[in-house]
Amino acid sequence: MIFTYCWQQISKSTTWFFVWDAPRIATDLWTRATPPKWEYISQLGKPIWDTLNIATLGTLFALIIAVPVAFLAARNTTPSRFIIRPIALLIIVSTRSINSLIWALLLIAIIGPGVFAGVIAIAIRSIGFCAKLLYEAIEEIDETQVEAITATGASRWQVMAYGIVPQILPAFAGIAVFRWDINIRESTVLGLVGAGGIGLQLNASLNVLAWPQVTLILILILLAVIFSEWISAKVRHAII
Amino acid sequence: MLEIKQLVKKYHTGDLALNGVDLKVEKGQVMALIGPSGAGKSTLIRCVNRLEKATSGEIWLNGENIVKMRSGKLRRARRNMGMIFQEYALVERLTVMENVLSGRLGYVGFWRSFLRKFPQSDINAAFGLLEKVGLDTMVNKRADELSGGQRQRVGIARALIQKPDILLVDEPTASLDPKTSRQIMRLICELCRERELAAIINIHDVALAQMFVQRVVGLRFGAVQFDGPPEGLTPDVLTMIYGEEDWEATIESVDDEDDLVTL
Repeated sequence: MIFTYCWQQISKSTTWFFVWDAPRIATDLWTRATPPKWEYISQLGKPIWDTLNIATLGTLFALIIAVPVAFLAARNTTPSRFIIRPIALLIIVSTRSINSLIWALLLIAIIGPGVFAGVIAIAIRSIGFCAKLLYEAIEEIDETQVEAITATGASRWQVMAYGIVPQILPAFAGIAVFRWDINIRESTVLGLVGAGGIGLQLNASLNVLAWPQVTLILILILLAVIFSEWISAKVRHAII
Repeated sequence: MLEIKQLVKKYHTGDLALNGVDLKVEKGQVMALIGPSGAGKSTLIRCVNRLEKATSGEIWLNGENIVKMRSGKLRRARRNMGMIFQEYALVERLTVMENVLSGRLGYVGFWRSFLRKFPQSDINAAFGLLEKVGLDTMVNKRADELSGGQRQRVGIARALIQKPDILLVDEPTASLDPKTSRQIMRLICELCRERELAAIINIHDVALAQMFVQRVVGLRFGAVQFDGPPEGLTPDVLTMIYGEEDWEATIESVDDEDDLVTL
């Protein structure tokens, strides 16, 4: 019953002509998009490099802010549970809840189009993600190790450096490369809204229906993502 | 040297862990603290170090009241108290050397410690202590690669490098096998004698305590029930501390097991 009803609703809101037509259009597009326009690669070196830089710098900036936020948000390290912790949690939730594409749109309006807007968009979106995972790692540390360092007469900062940091270092490294890996993928589309990188070329090629160029760009993005996966696997392996 | 007066500790949950404890430990005196689980042994030690804050009472160490101290002063007082933990409490991902040197954190500034630039005298002292506890070949191993007995030796070295006046030892042998337990207890007591350190050793194993210490204090329900030499632990006294049980076996085993001891 419900299935039939749902089916009717979906059916009503679908233009069936386009659906029946899909295989033909897809084949058509495929023939137009192949072979990729290999010469175009000469113009893609700079954009793909920009994309990698947006992801890397964005991740770096995010981590610089995420680390203190995580320490302020973790129950066992926050200086004040009722004032500072909620503020830190608010930062985490608000930066996390908005997609980096939307951040990029906002930032382009504020600081103009370009790579810098992309870097900041990626950075803001990543703060919440990194800080959340990191503060969860901080809350899970073994407190007896912290107590042992405290008991030696160490200062608050020394307790942090000796008792807490060694315990969260593997988690930190894992989070950093994981987010970097995600950011490479996210930064490939940022150009669609004008925030620099390979997405700019992708958008331009789509607009002029230059399908062979689009194919080449997609292949390049695929390679970049494979590369980042490979790096992060290596790093994770080395640290954990 | 250490004097505890009318120490009371009440937890947030309402549990009264210590109910007016009076205790005095002289310089160089090794004291065992026995008592059933929940008697307040750990709480007592942790209050002395102020890992727990006492509810009321006074703790005097070298003429200063720890209960009332502000954080700067407390840190300096903590340098004089070496702590050894039941589960070793080493920083697992640091090396043996780093763990031992962490005992010097109270004496070294933040950046020096952060960059691992400890004074040469500290490093020499660390090597000396590691040799003393028999770990001089493990200096660069990570703490999580060591066995239980080895870890506890690192813990001992970390406490001693503080150059403390007193050792606070919380169940040092509870996670170790019987032979290693004895070795560890012997090591602690030897080092105390050698350096004229006082020590409070929390311990479950009454027989083990009797073998090594000069004074035993029995705690029950957060109050001192017995205070005297180890020979004074008669079945009656043990019943008073722990409750009704057949104690003959526990006490006699001390003499039997003595023959097995090797180091």
